[in-house]
Amino acid sequence: MNGIMKSPGLPALLLAAALPCICLAQQETQKEIERYRQLLAEGNPADLYEARGEELWKTKRGPKNASLQQCDLGLGPGVVRGAFARLPRWFPDTDRVEDLESRIVTCMVSLQGFKREEAIRNPFSAPGRPSDLEALASYVAGESKGMKLAAPLSHPKEIDAFRIGEQLFYRRAGPYDFACVSCHGDNGKRIRLQELPKLTDPNDARKIFTTWPAYRVSQGAVRTMQHRLYDCYWQMRHPQMDYASEASIALEVFMAKYASGGEIQAPGLKR
Amino acid sequence: MKRLPLVVLAALAGCASGPSDDEARARAEQVFRESFTHGNRQMAARVDQQDEVQALCTRYRNEAPQDVADRIGSAAAAGIRYPASGKFLGDWRQGERIAQDGYGLRFTDADTKRPNGGGCYNCHRIAPAEISYGTIGPSLYRFGALRGTGEPVQRYVYGKIYDSQAFLACSHMPRFGKNGVLTEEQITHLVALLLDPESPVNK
Amino acid sequence: MADPMRIRANMAGDKVEVRVLMAHEMETGQRKDASGALVPAHFIQNVTVSCAGRTVLSAQWGTSISKNPFMHFRFKGGKPGDKVTISWADNKGERRTDEAVIAGG
Repeated sequence: MNGIMKSPGLPALLLAAALPCICLAQQETQKEIERYRQLLAEGNPADLYEARGEELWKTKRGPKNASLQQCDLGLGPGVVRGAFARLPRWFPDTDRVEDLESRIVTCMVSLQGFKREEAIRNPFSAPGRPSDLEALASYVAGESKGMKLAAPLSHPKEIDAFRIGEQLFYRRAGPYDFACVSCHGDNGKRIRLQELPKLTDPNDARKIFTTWPAYRVSQGAVRTMQHRLYDCYWQMRHPQMDYASEASIALEVFMAKYASGGEIQAPGLKR
Repeated sequence: MKRLPLVVLAALAGCASGPSDDEARARAEQVFRESFTHGNRQMAARVDQQDEVQALCTRYRNEAPQDVADRIGSAAAAGIRYPASGKFLGDWRQGERIAQDGYGLRFTDADTKRPNGGGCYNCHRIAPAEISYGTIGPSLYRFGALRGTGEPVQRYVYGKIYDSQAFLACSHMPRFGKNGVLTEEQITHLVALLLDPESPVNK
Repeated sequence: MADPMRIRANMAGDKVEVRVLMAHEMETGQRKDASGALVPAHFIQNVTVSCAGRTVLSAQWGTSISKNPFMHFRFKGGKPGDKVTISWADNKGERRTDEAVIAGG
């Protein structure tokens, strides 16, 4: 190695001086966004969804005029508390891996007698058209608030779902050549001013995956992970993903592995 | 919860190559096709089939081995369609609008007459007045001032926007020209945004 | 009838601290729906908060208040066990009243 130390020169010195300033400006922006979020957190409209969801859960509805109170979310019939922390998981009655939304739909079909097409007819609310699924998902998720995510990954179908989710995570396609990894493959990046978690880094995944479902201020509604994926594919110039599709559940199993141990903060509050 | 058998643990180790990975990919392709059945059929047809570059970059998780990367790069470079006029610099004001605009090719973008945007600010810092910029790509602020504004740089910038993989195999950046997202004219406006000495990017 | 308000009231020193989340679309009248038609304005115009027979807060709102409004305020003159009653009325004549008991400090 050449022993002579070369002077870095003026351009490099200026660059070195400029860098902390750029970093500081970014940090200030982040701090202010964080402060705004904390101010909003007290009045999370998701509370309204949780209340409506609880009411829907306990109300007799559908052709069988039954409530959802016997629904088995994985911890036994009728056990809601803590169930979301163990999703997605394989269920023996359907022999499928199911997530929060698909399991609620399963129970609406089996316990209440709804046809599946009817149960999933309005998965995402619009102004003046509330979605029962969003309310139910808010309620069930909220009953795991504060608990640690521990979705099982032992049944062969759970492992299969993980491997499919992993492949889908890296799948580049469409006119933008985007895959999930295009935005979620690096630490410390953002799209416009929205910070992006590196979903294969437990440090990021544990903090972010567990904030779904969440009230999204920009949407004026609680949105679930199903909507998040649907919305991602919208931005990725893909077509509409089928609600509670096998691909969506595979991706959730993949993400849940890296988010394992994270504290459930759902329903959260987001832009 | 029962302990994972060794073979399952090994499978979960997530090797980037090998028969089990190919098998998983084939399964995933099937699952993918079966999960986009209710939406826009034209768009589904486009994403159901990856092109060769997309398939390779998926397989190697965007870190292709040198020989594969070289092949991708030279094919991409050979495929760049430069303006017949030889003029690379358009209007930087239109370039700024294109860079700000995220419209186009989403399943809600019904207006087929409206031109696609480039969505450049989603990933890049560009003109100093815009503080709402992304950091997925490098900052382009002062691009021309730092790199020069002559014909070789113009040709490079044009090519980079047309097909970024001509310069970096499996780049995250969409191949705006190759994939028909932006027109030749639109790309010249973006070149001007970055390289015109009068553009706010360089002032 | 609109969904119930979620109200929390507790003592904070010698004041009563109230947090209320209201379920309301708060349409400004400027938004266009999918067909391009203007969605009519539908927003809370008046809010009244009373405690022990006294009005402690009165508000006139307009279209700049966003959907599902949240309000957080303090007032003097209440004690644990008292009821806080909150009412709103909107531009279409719809109304809602809910109440909560002040929790100890």
